[in-house]
Amino acid sequence: MLKLRNISWSAPDGKAVLKNIDLDIEEGRLVAVTGPNGGGKTTLAKIIAGIEKPTSGVIELDGRDITALDVTERAKTGISFAFQQPVRFKGVTVRQLIEIAAGDKLDDGRLCSILGSVGLCAMDYLGREVDSTLSGGEIKRIEIATVLARHSRLSVFDEPEAGIDLWSFKNLIEVFKEVHENLKGTLVIISHQERILRIADEIVLISDGRVTDRGTGDEMIQKMLTQREAAAACRMQEELFHE
Amino acid sequence: MNNMKNVNETKMNAVTERLLKMVSDWKGGAFDGAYNIRENGGCVGRQSSENIKIDSKEGQPGLEIRVSGKTRGEKVYIPACVTKGNVDDLVYNDFFVEDGADVTIVAGCGVHTETGEPARHNGIHRFFIGKNAHVIYEEKHVGTGKGTGLRSIDPVTEVHLDENALLEMDTAQIGGVDRTTRKTTGTAAAGARLVIKERILTEGDQQADTFFEIELNGEGSGADIISHSVARGRSRQAYTSTIIGNAPCSGHSECDAIIDGDAIVDAAPRLYARCSDAALIHEAAIGKIAGEQILKLRTLGLTEEEAEKKIIEGFLA
Repeated sequence: MLKLRNISWSAPDGKAVLKNIDLDIEEGRLVAVTGPNGGGKTTLAKIIAGIEKPTSGVIELDGRDITALDVTERAKTGISFAFQQPVRFKGVTVRQLIEIAAGDKLDDGRLCSILGSVGLCAMDYLGREVDSTLSGGEIKRIEIATVLARHSRLSVFDEPEAGIDLWSFKNLIEVFKEVHENLKGTLVIISHQERILRIADEIVLISDGRVTDRGTGDEMIQKMLTQREAAAACRMQEELFHE
Repeated sequence: MNNMKNVNETKMNAVTERLLKMVSDWKGGAFDGAYNIRENGGCVGRQSSENIKIDSKEGQPGLEIRVSGKTRGEKVYIPACVTKGNVDDLVYNDFFVEDGADVTIVAGCGVHTETGEPARHNGIHRFFIGKNAHVIYEEKHVGTGKGTGLRSIDPVTEVHLDENALLEMDTAQIGGVDRTTRKTTGTAAAGARLVIKERILTEGDQQADTFFEIELNGEGSGADIISHSVARGRSRQAYTSTIIGNAPCSGHSECDAIIDGDAIVDAAPRLYARCSDAALIHEAAIGKIAGEQILKLRTLGLTEEEAEKKIIEGFLA
């Protein structure tokens, strides 16, 4: 459904971050994008969402060239993006933010279902403001809830594990599993976390601005575990996780 | 009062009806319970209830509103409207709330002018709130009309809270007021709390000055002042808050302003601790709408303009 052709992007200082990326993502798949820090994963996610414009290359969604579409237009074509560091809004309630995401007023049952899917009780959260009174784990779940509320055809999550506590993280894996199993749609998850990689249909390895490898989840995890650097990165994450 | 009438019997002018709908959430027909409607300095409707008595003041324009300690969850409406230019309305309203009462007071104000002459309302409200009483005070201000005359609303609010009383004040200037000077002062006895939420929108060449001065005199007293404002165009806003802790108490004030265009906002928070167990905090932030907030809403399908509108609506809600 999504095709990236020869995508390149350079930072304002001229440094090449993405170098001729070619990537096809098939309908209904859960694709994890991983690789070392600074390799270009987040930039790639932002380019898919329209937050960054590629220096060169073409992006197609269902055969339509969407390269020139801005963030709003991409969202309207069915692309959602969950930020690595969710934005806080003083005065905007959780209910309002989810209704903005859904594009309509929602009844309490529907809101309860959306928040329930990220492990939050609607009664406790609907009236709360999306501000600094929410913990890192809470705001992350609400960020994911805004994406779920949209029922997008393609949802991109940028490091959903970043900045959340262990308890929230364990539940997050279940959320992604459930979304993948029960909701139609394609998921692209940028992640370093082995537990997320293990639920992926496919893993794409990006390093130094290029796609250096890709394959099914099982194949790629085996490969990565035999490669010293990637394995070390995964183990480090795992150790942190068990602290 | 000779011209006092029941709202069902009188014909308010059309501008008053429209303003009432904006500031008092009036949907037409009669108000439930006690009310007094002021139009261009006169009374066009009044009704007391069993628990809430409204009488004219002796010697100066205004009302004495007495709320019985038996009041439970009742509302009293005292809106004031100025519907034409060349009116300078001054009113003194005193509220006496007995110990243990639970009441909501709705005191909206609208000013309207279609001419080059100014329209002004100056409401001086004093609250004497008894022990353990709970008062919600809602105050919405709006200006309308195409006239070039200045629309001004200058409210003065003076609050005295007896032991363990609670006043929740929700005050909003929702647009169209060219000049406003808003002064709120309060004293709190032991265990009493004052919670104030203020929202102000200024546009064009409008000016708004807000002053708060709260004295926390009793042990365990508290104040929470939260001001959200949006200044657009060439408008100017100034915010000054003073919390004085004279006893073991907790005071918090927060001033957040969004600026746009060539608007100017000044914020001057002051905290005076006169007791070593006074815990006083102030937070202030002034700036444009954060670009990342707009970006987030755009990823949800809103245009940049729609995103700004939503952010401001939420901020002023």
